[in-house]
Amino acid sequence: MNLALSDEQQMLREAAINVLARHDTVGGARAARDGGEPVEIWPAAREAGWPGLLIDERHGGAGLDFFDAMLVLEQCGKRLAGIGLLGHLPATLVLARAAADGGERAAAELPALASGERRAAIVLARPPADEDDWAVEAGSSQGRWGDVPRAVADGGDADASVRVSGAAAFQADLDGADLIVVPVLLEGAGLRAALVDPAVAGVSIERQLRGDASRPLGSIELDGTEAVLLSAGAEALTEAWHLGQALLAADALGVAEAMLEMGVAYAKDRHAFGRPIGSYQAIKHQLVEILRRVDSARSLCFYVALAAEQQPHELALAAACARFAAEEAADYGTRTCIAVHGGIGATWEHDAPYYWRRAQLSRQLLGGATGAGERVAAEVIARARDSELADAVPVGDVVIKDGLAEVSA
Amino acid sequence: MDLADTPQQAEYRAKVRAWAEQNRDASPPPVRGMHVEDVAPYRVWQGKLARERLVGVTWPEAYGGAGLGPAEQMIVSAELRAAGCAGIVDHIAIGELGPTIIAHGSEEQKQRYVAPMLHGEEGWCQLFSEPAAGSDLAGIQTRSKRTEHGWSISGQKVWTTMAQFADYGLLLARTNPDVPKHKGLSMFIVPMKAPGVAVRPLRQISGDANFNEVFFDDVALDEDALVGPVDGGWGVSMTTLMFERMMVLSALEELPVGAQTFVAPLLGNPALDDPHVRQRLAELAVERIALQYTAYRALTKLAQGQIPGPEAGLGKIGVMEAGRKGCELVADVLGPDALEGEWGELAAEMPGMRSAGGTEEILRTTIGERVLGLPPEPRLDKKLPFKDLGRNSASEAEAVPS
Repeated sequence: MNLALSDEQQMLREAAINVLARHDTVGGARAARDGGEPVEIWPAAREAGWPGLLIDERHGGAGLDFFDAMLVLEQCGKRLAGIGLLGHLPATLVLARAAADGGERAAAELPALASGERRAAIVLARPPADEDDWAVEAGSSQGRWGDVPRAVADGGDADASVRVSGAAAFQADLDGADLIVVPVLLEGAGLRAALVDPAVAGVSIERQLRGDASRPLGSIELDGTEAVLLSAGAEALTEAWHLGQALLAADALGVAEAMLEMGVAYAKDRHAFGRPIGSYQAIKHQLVEILRRVDSARSLCFYVALAAEQQPHELALAAACARFAAEEAADYGTRTCIAVHGGIGATWEHDAPYYWRRAQLSRQLLGGATGAGERVAAEVIARARDSELADAVPVGDVVIKDGLAEVSA
Repeated sequence: MDLADTPQQAEYRAKVRAWAEQNRDASPPPVRGMHVEDVAPYRVWQGKLARERLVGVTWPEAYGGAGLGPAEQMIVSAELRAAGCAGIVDHIAIGELGPTIIAHGSEEQKQRYVAPMLHGEEGWCQLFSEPAAGSDLAGIQTRSKRTEHGWSISGQKVWTTMAQFADYGLLLARTNPDVPKHKGLSMFIVPMKAPGVAVRPLRQISGDANFNEVFFDDVALDEDALVGPVDGGWGVSMTTLMFERMMVLSALEELPVGAQTFVAPLLGNPALDDPHVRQRLAELAVERIALQYTAYRALTKLAQGQIPGPEAGLGKIGVMEAGRKGCELVADVLGPDALEGEWGELAAEMPGMRSAGGTEEILRTTIGERVLGLPPEPRLDKKLPFKDLGRNSASEAEAVPS
């Protein structure tokens, strides 16, 4: 058993810390709420080699896995960086799968995406859990989910031209992307991935500002838009959705960690009634609760790593568990950090509110924490149904023992 | 990164599996947890396991163990369970007390006590907590006084698992009330059948009596009952508690409070389609699955030679949270029927479990100070002689010179 970071992963993590420390992304998150732009760090991401993380070496990438990407995203969350990777990485995953399946167009796109010369984005579709259909965030007050865009084509061959109509909302990094991967329902051929050039006629992309301005968010409308069909379908799109969940989880974990550090530092420094407020149990126990949730979320990120590498059938449950735990940690962590600071923590010039804003939006994206919970339930119930032993799980005695302890001598 | 066995571990697993399958007919029915009605057949089985070096897997070979790591310990537990065999019954003895004696005992003590403990020939219990000292363990009042031939013990212990089946107990007592509380404690081996020892079952909220109270009335001990130095008992007890953390980590997998436990009774119930019920189920499933991977992470550290810190206590909080939420969910779906029978019993375990193995509050305080580095609570009693602490009458009586 080995659940430790490899030397390469340690280096990747440290590089991310160093790269992001050189940019005032937290200040940028504030400025963006005041009408400015978030800090542009795509060039720094390019220099660090992150755009090609999930693209194999044959196509100019690093050929790494989910967990490596999560290590970078965790640091992005910790520094409120909105970097383009949330859209780019799942898009490159689908293109890489298409290229592996012989797709020439996808293969041709990959080198420029791996170097970061061009940036991709994706509309992520929710795979069915029980008997529901594939769906995309619709951003409508009538209902949260909408249909996957429809495509009409002459045939279902790879790299074939299609016309796509449909819409989706609240997708990451759409604005300014050089190409966009879109899930489409193709008549007679089911779910496929298609490639849209945002510059062609019939594409309308709008920025959406919802609470948090630290990560660019947008909606897209396609109206008979020309697109290229990729040789990737439900399998690759399912994987991309779970990658999206995993990246958001890692980012939210970073947010929660930042809050733990900020809250602990303040609780050591701030005095009330003659002693540091961190010495009071009321404060201390809340900070330990952030630690507990951070620790759970981190453990579940390791579960994602193992599932992605070795047990693909576990990926849905792992990603949903990590997402659920991390969003809860970020929500609790941001609220608690603000409370530990008292009133000053809830002011415009303090940093904590921008973490809170990020957490509040994050827990709504891609089906949100609730959607992740629903996926966990569906997976756990399905496993219980499948297991003949389900009824025989013993519910007997529980380990209880003497034990105790003030360990603080 | 992987959960797989190394080639050596895979070989070891195969060996253990073959043995377990061959010998399963000799095993008494497996039990979960630490409490059995009739301990005798389990002790015989433990002896059989010990002869195969399947007990005390992490103990040094010189004391009858296998000299292997926590991963191998998990392999043994998993394979015995999978084959339908019982595991060991003396969890606390093998997990904590034996290792403490091996670490701090004299060579004579190791030669005398460790092998019979391992083979299930002599049962043991841990005598630390008292009615007036749980979280503040160093505040114990049981006294050990010098006599002509050794020591005399008087006082009371509580929450003692297996005391009714124990031949010996590892006891923390106060040898010097004139110094601050941590500095006047010593550790002893007490024969539980000695005159003056009385064991009384303690009936809990569930109605069962899984614990005991143990009373000591001028119990005479020989000089060689002392484990470690006089007034050095606090350090010895820290070793015991460090081993306890390791045991809690590897026991997490065995706790019957997993997500599946709580889904099973609800299968086929229309409430399982209710989004609210599903969110509650997700919440406890996530908590429980996270703990499994937290345990794997901790075991990775152990395998790398790091000692588990107080943060292992976070796992206990998580287990209890998931267990309580699960019991409430089952009850909310099944209604009053869930308050009797096995579900009623499990639910009734939960309120007390919050304080087992350290109260949630003391765990949080310790972790906040040790792991997060937060400033300590003011501890007014830290520098005062124990006898001068304002306490209850028992202590004051002790403090009066007789």
